Amino acid sequence: MNAVASTDTALTGVEAGLKERAKGSRSLRYFKQSVFFGVLRLSALIIALSLGGILAFIIFNGIGAVNWAFLTEFPRDSMTKGGIMPAILGTFYLTLGAILFSLPLGIMCSIYLSEYARYGRIVRIIRIGINNLAGVPSVVFGLFGLGVFVVFLQFGSCILSGSLTLGIMILPTIIGASEEALRAVPQTFREASLALGVSKWQTIFRIVLPNALPGILTGSILGIGRAAGETAPIMFTAAAFFTAKLPHSIFDEVMALPYHIYVLATAGTHIEQTRPIQYGTALVLVALVLSVDLVAILIRSYIRRKKRW
Amino acid sequence: METYDFDTNIVIARSVNFFYGSFRALTDINVGFERNKVTALIGPSGCGKSTLLRLLNRMNDLIDGARVEGEILFEGKDIYAPNVDPVDIRRKIGMVFQKPNPFPKSIFSNITYGPKLSGNCSNLELDALVEQSLKAAALWDEVKDILGKSAMTLSGGQQQRLCIARALAMKPDVLLMDEPTSALDPISTAKIEELIDELKRTYTIIIVTHNMQQAARVSDYTGFFYLGKLIEFNRTEKIFTNPDVRQTEDYITGRFG
Repeated sequence: MNAVASTDTALTGVEAGLKERAKGSRSLRYFKQSVFFGVLRLSALIIALSLGGILAFIIFNGIGAVNWAFLTEFPRDSMTKGGIMPAILGTFYLTLGAILFSLPLGIMCSIYLSEYARYGRIVRIIRIGINNLAGVPSVVFGLFGLGVFVVFLQFGSCILSGSLTLGIMILPTIIGASEEALRAVPQTFREASLALGVSKWQTIFRIVLPNALPGILTGSILGIGRAAGETAPIMFTAAAFFTAKLPHSIFDEVMALPYHIYVLATAGTHIEQTRPIQYGTALVLVALVLSVDLVAILIRSYIRRKKRW
Repeated sequence: METYDFDTNIVIARSVNFFYGSFRALTDINVGFERNKVTALIGPSGCGKSTLLRLLNRMNDLIDGARVEGEILFEGKDIYAPNVDPVDIRRKIGMVFQKPNPFPKSIFSNITYGPKLSGNCSNLELDALVEQSLKAAALWDEVKDILGKSAMTLSGGQQQRLCIARALAMKPDVLLMDEPTSALDPISTAKIEELIDELKRTYTIIIVTHNMQQAARVSDYTGFFYLGKLIEFNRTEKIFTNPDVRQTEDYITGRFG
């Protein structure tokens, strides 16, 4: 702007032309900019709206079916009446089993990768493996679980098989979150500990892991939400259409929320009749997953407030 | 090159070369660090002084692709010999870093962390050890009523003295200090310098510093490094008044660096 002002006094025809053109290109630039911002804003809006839309749709259709009896009773009359209590419980068991299996395994793997492993071919192969595991479709995990746990190891279709299958599915999420949390622990903490003549293992166990644990848990909870909501991995390995009794051991089949929705909506004889139950079950499942995520968010904000480095 | 004897020198480096991958960071370093004296290592950034310091307690082991040639003798024994556990070396040769790095624990636990893990301390002894270490680091009066509070609530200068106390709690023989005051204000710096003067009665101190006045104030011996070589090693008065080597004089008078 200053340059333009200083040349004003000796404005020749040529300069006037240049100035005119600069003005034109400037307005064009602002036009492009506002178009681009508009596109960006629109894409953010579409995402927010679709999430809101799904939630509103499920709540609107499902809220009528949900009451205390729905949450605490067995299904009745070929699933057309009654509640979904066994499915809620089944999903709880399956998810808990998946956590018990994959959390320790995932944390140990990430400690190896981020603290011990030196960069080389083996580590690269392991990483490629983990990243690819994250991209495998969930139905493939289901078939894998069927082949390995149900058939080969002869666990049968049961909580154990389903939990292991879900656990493997969420391993990449847990490993990713744990590695990130471990890397976020300042290197100076490790140095300080090692310089005191503390061994590497003790340094990891006493300093690195405690400081990374909140981050590990937050990231892992998001994986747990996914495990609770998946249908395909459990349909061949754990889920039953209907069980008259609650499971007695980890070798029993269970009902599960996502599978319950799936069978009511596709395979039942009263698909139209059971619509309210389907939406009600979907609402319960979404509420469950969102509340698990909410816990993760609360933990994270609590840690951020307490973070002291 | 003059030779160093083990009676007066607690740490001796002999023909030490150090490589980061193919980059040669130190070339043929021969130096002895005298017991109960303060030795300052000075020189421009990247000259290798911090590298040498971190070699003395094997902190450079943490770096991938690092390689040491030559010998570093601590009380006559090569600390890079294959049967030596770096953990043992670091218990005898403590370190204080450039930025204060207390653990996000209480003041008390910061001090007891090392002694507890090295095992051989009862709880009663720990209480005494905390007091003794904090007194030695001239921090006791400021924190004696808040030992349970997080170390992160202390000021930068207090944190650095806590780090010194933490290192002293391991009862080391040598204390390495890597620019311990570069992140501190002048008042905190003065306190640490006073402390160094106090500590040399009990410990051998080797300090890396960018601040030449600091080297002149606190040290008995000074080594000047340039491009990975030890250019001159002499008594501090000599280095700062009448150095033998032209390069040293140029650096000290601010002609380069």
